[in-house]
Amino acid sequence: MAPLLALVSGLLFGIGLIAGGMTDPARIKAFLDVAGAWDPSLALVMGGAVAVGLVAFARARRQRQAWAGGAIALPVSSTIDARLMVGGVLFGIGWGWAGFCPGPAWVAMASGSGAALWFVAAMLAGMLLHDQVWPAMSRLKSQRQGFMTTDR
Amino acid sequence: MHLDWNAFTPWASLAGGLTIGAATALYVLGVGRIAGIAGILAGALRSVRRGQGAGNAVSWAFLIGLALAPWAWRLAAPLPAIRIDVGVAGLIGAGLLVGVGVRLGNGCTSGHGVCGLSRLSLRSLVNVLAFMAAGALTVFAMRHLATAA
Repeated sequence: MAPLLALVSGLLFGIGLIAGGMTDPARIKAFLDVAGAWDPSLALVMGGAVAVGLVAFARARRQRQAWAGGAIALPVSSTIDARLMVGGVLFGIGWGWAGFCPGPAWVAMASGSGAALWFVAAMLAGMLLHDQVWPAMSRLKSQRQGFMTTDR
Repeated sequence: MHLDWNAFTPWASLAGGLTIGAATALYVLGVGRIAGIAGILAGALRSVRRGQGAGNAVSWAFLIGLALAPWAWRLAAPLPAIRIDVGVAGLIGAGLLVGVGVRLGNGCTSGHGVCGLSRLSLRSLVNVLAFMAAGALTVFAMRHLATAA
């Protein structure tokens, strides 16, 4: 049941992105180009999504279980630190540079765009770099320096 | 700054946004998870690395649904154009930045943007303001500083 609901949710999400014009990097850049010919469409996509989301998440807090069973896992962190901001800035630079963020890039790639495939491949590599390579490198470095970490 | 009335599609974009909101609602109420695409991708990637793809069937199902969307759309209408103004090197550089950035900051336009703002999370608002500002400055530098120089 859960995978089926997830499939329908992904399909709906993608349809929404396409309908809203968000799979076209030129339109993302036109939204971010506040000093040029500004296209505010993205704000309405975000506004429409948040309007429904407000109701959904208010309900999610009161609902005991997901429809497919199991707990509803809402984020618990409220930490505001440098990591959060640096992450946002790096993401924003990439977003403004190519005009793609993860969801639209995935949809554009699936539709057959070779350019989106390059972007998605690099994005997954960037995720691996963060999740795998950096932790491994810092472990190696601390071992070389003779600090034996006790957390592993 | 001037509003580009020819490009602006208020009703289509609002309808798209409401649809995304419905998808987000279905994911949180039906499956019990946050529809943040960066997080879903990272989870799917993790399951591949550990050789347990089936362990994350929900993430994969969402990504497959997302990938089916353009094909479902094509049954009814032609897809909107995908206009890209950077080369392969730019796509790779931008992709790397987005990949590292969304993992560092723990979310993207959907996870912090749609879901985080809907949860009234101050943490998400800070991240959204950071990526919006950085995105706008990047476009400004590329379009207005490069040509002025």
